[in-house]
Amino acid sequence: MRCPPPAGARGYEPCCERLHFGSPAYILNERSVNIRGAEGCGLNIIEVIMMATPQTGLSAVKEDPGTTAAADDAAEAGQARFDQILADDSRIEPRDWMPEKYRKSLVRQIGQHAHSEIIGMQPEANWITRAPSLKRKSILMAKVQDEAGHGLYLYSAAESLGTTRDAMTDQLIEGKARYSSIFNYPAVTWADMGAIGWLVDGAAIVNQVPLCRASYGPYGRAMVRICKEESFHQRQGFEILMELANGTQAQKQMAQEAVDRWYAPSLMMFGPPDGDSPNSQQSMQWNIKRFTNDELRQRFVDMLAEQVKTLGLTLPDEDLKWNEERGHYDFGELDWNEFKEVLAGRGPCNSQRMERRREAHEEGAWVREAAAAYARKMAARNAEQTVGAAS
Amino acid sequence: MSGESATRISAGEAFTAEDIAAAVEAGTRASDDVAKYAMRLGDDSLILAQRLGWWISRAPELEEDVALGNIALDLIGHARSFLTYAAGAWDKTEDDLAYFRAEAEFRSAHIVEQPNGDFARTIARQLVVSYFQYELYSRLVDSTDETLAAVAAKAIKEVAYHRDHSAQWVLRLALGTEESRRRMVDGLTLVWPYVEELFVDDELIDQLEGVAVRPSALREPFDALIGEVLAEAELEVPDVPGSIGGGRQGRHSEHLGYVLAEMQVLAREHPGASW
Repeated sequence: MRCPPPAGARGYEPCCERLHFGSPAYILNERSVNIRGAEGCGLNIIEVIMMATPQTGLSAVKEDPGTTAAADDAAEAGQARFDQILADDSRIEPRDWMPEKYRKSLVRQIGQHAHSEIIGMQPEANWITRAPSLKRKSILMAKVQDEAGHGLYLYSAAESLGTTRDAMTDQLIEGKARYSSIFNYPAVTWADMGAIGWLVDGAAIVNQVPLCRASYGPYGRAMVRICKEESFHQRQGFEILMELANGTQAQKQMAQEAVDRWYAPSLMMFGPPDGDSPNSQQSMQWNIKRFTNDELRQRFVDMLAEQVKTLGLTLPDEDLKWNEERGHYDFGELDWNEFKEVLAGRGPCNSQRMERRREAHEEGAWVREAAAAYARKMAARNAEQTVGAAS
Repeated sequence: MSGESATRISAGEAFTAEDIAAAVEAGTRASDDVAKYAMRLGDDSLILAQRLGWWISRAPELEEDVALGNIALDLIGHARSFLTYAAGAWDKTEDDLAYFRAEAEFRSAHIVEQPNGDFARTIARQLVVSYFQYELYSRLVDSTDETLAAVAAKAIKEVAYHRDHSAQWVLRLALGTEESRRRMVDGLTLVWPYVEELFVDDELIDQLEGVAVRPSALREPFDALIGEVLAEAELEVPDVPGSIGGGRQGRHSEHLGYVLAEMQVLAREHPGASW
C-alpha cells in the first residue's frame, strides 16, 4: 500500500519537531495485514521502537509439555542473562528472556501510559472548536493529534511484549485498566489549555525523561520521541498562560484560576508518597523507574516555583517556601483522599471520559470491520491473480 | 490585482499566514475584489476544518484521529493564509474575519457546513471537497495574483493527500461490508445536493479574469475523476437534485449559525483581547 507522508507536517511551526517521520497519519485501517504487519506505513512506528516478535523466550518453550527440564534450564540461563543486562544497565529487547512479572509490570505501566494519552486527548479536544484564535486552534489541534501519536507508539511498545492494542483497548473501555486520574478533572476555561500544558505536560516530562533510560528498549526509545514532543507541549502551555497573564484583567484571572485548579492534581501525577507506593521499589530494581515518586515531585515543585515568577502568577500553596538547608522548596501536604476518590472513579469527569472513549470505539466498529473486510477481499483477489498468472 | 508580490519566497516553499501578514504590513494589499475571492476560499477551508476538528478524539481508530487531525490542520493553514491576505485589504486580521463576522458575512459553500454525520458521511464530504479543491488549486497556481498562486502552490501538495485519503476510504467503505456500503451510499446521497453550488460562476468571478479560477471550468475534470473513484468502488453518482446554495452570497443553511456560535464564543466574550 502506498504510504504518503502526512499532510500538515510542514505548515506547523510551534511544534516543528513533531514526530511526523513515521507518523501514523493516513494509515488506513487494515489492521490484520498492515498496521501491525511487516509492511506498509505502520512499520514506521514499529521501526521507531524496534519492535520484534515477542514470546520467543521461555514462554514459547513452556508450551511444549515434553520439554519441562529444558524449559527450566532455559529459564535459569535466561534469568542469569536478564540479571546481567540489568547489572550492566543495558537494555532488554523483545526477543530476550524476561521474568513474567517484569513483562506484566511493563505491560501494565505502558498500557496505563498509552491510555492516559488517549483519554488525555479529551479535555483538550474539548477546546479545539472554541479556541480563541486561528493560530491557537491549529497549535491545539496539532497537540491533541500528537497525543494520539503517543498512544500509538506506546501501544506498539506494549505489543512487543505480546499484548495487542485490541486487548488493551478492551481493558480500557471495560474499566479494567487505569489511566492518569488527572484527566478526570474538567477543562472549563481556555486557560486550562495553558495550565494543562504547563503543569500536566510539565509533570509528564519530569516523570518521563528518566523513563528514556528504562531497561526495556522499546519503551525507552518510545519515550525519547514522546519527551521531545511533550517539551513543545509544555512550552505552548506556558505561552498560553503568559499571554493571558499579560492580557486583560479577566484573562489574568482566568489564568490564575486555572493554575489554582491544576496545581495540586499535577503534583499527584507522580503517584502516592514513597511509603505508599507498592510497585515503585520493584520497578526501580528492574531499572524501569529511576527515581522515586517523591524525588520526582520535589524536582517538579522546584521547577514550578521558579517558572511561576516569570508568569507573574502564584501557586496555590501557602507552605511553598525555599528551604536553604535542603536546597529545595518545601511544599504543603497534598489531599491524598481526593486522589484516591478520583482514582476510585469519583472524579468530576470519570464517567464522561469513559463514555466518550467507549462511544468512539463502538461507533467506529463498523469502519474497522469494513477496512478489515476490504483488506481480506483484496488479499484474496491478489492471490487469485497470482495463481492465474502462474497457471 | 494585488500590486507587489507577497511572495519573495518562491511558490510552494514555507509560506505561512505570518509571511503574508508581513507582506501585507509591507504594503502588499489585495484589491477589494481579490480580497472577496480570497475570503471565499478561506471560508471554505475554515468551516470544513472546524467541522473536522470535532473528530479528533472521536475517530473510529487512532490512526484516523491523526489523519483527520492532519487534514483539519492543513485546512486551517490554508484558511489562515487566504484570510490574512483578504483581511489585509480591509485593515483587519485573520481573526477579525474568523471571529467577528456574522453568519451572513461568511462566503463558504453549503457543503462545508454540512454536519459530520457518521464517518461515511464525513468521508463523502471530504471526497467532494478535496477533489474540488485539488482542481481549483491546480489552476490557481497560475493566477496572476502571486499571493494566491503561492498559497495554492503550497496547498495543492497537501490537498493531494486529502484526495488520496478520502478516495482510499470510499473504496474500503463501499467494498467492505454490507453495512459500510449502505452507509457510504447514504453519505454520498446526503452530500451530493451540495456539489452543484461549488461550480457556479458569478459576477465576482467574471471581474477577476486571470486572477480567480472559473468554477464552472472545474466541473468536467471533477466529474471525470470522481467518476473513476466511484466506478472503482462500484458506486453510482447519486441521482439527487442539486440544492440552490447561496453560500457565496452569504445565504447559508441552518447549520452555519451553530458552527460559528461555537467557534466564536470565547473570542467574542473578550473583544480586543490577544491570545
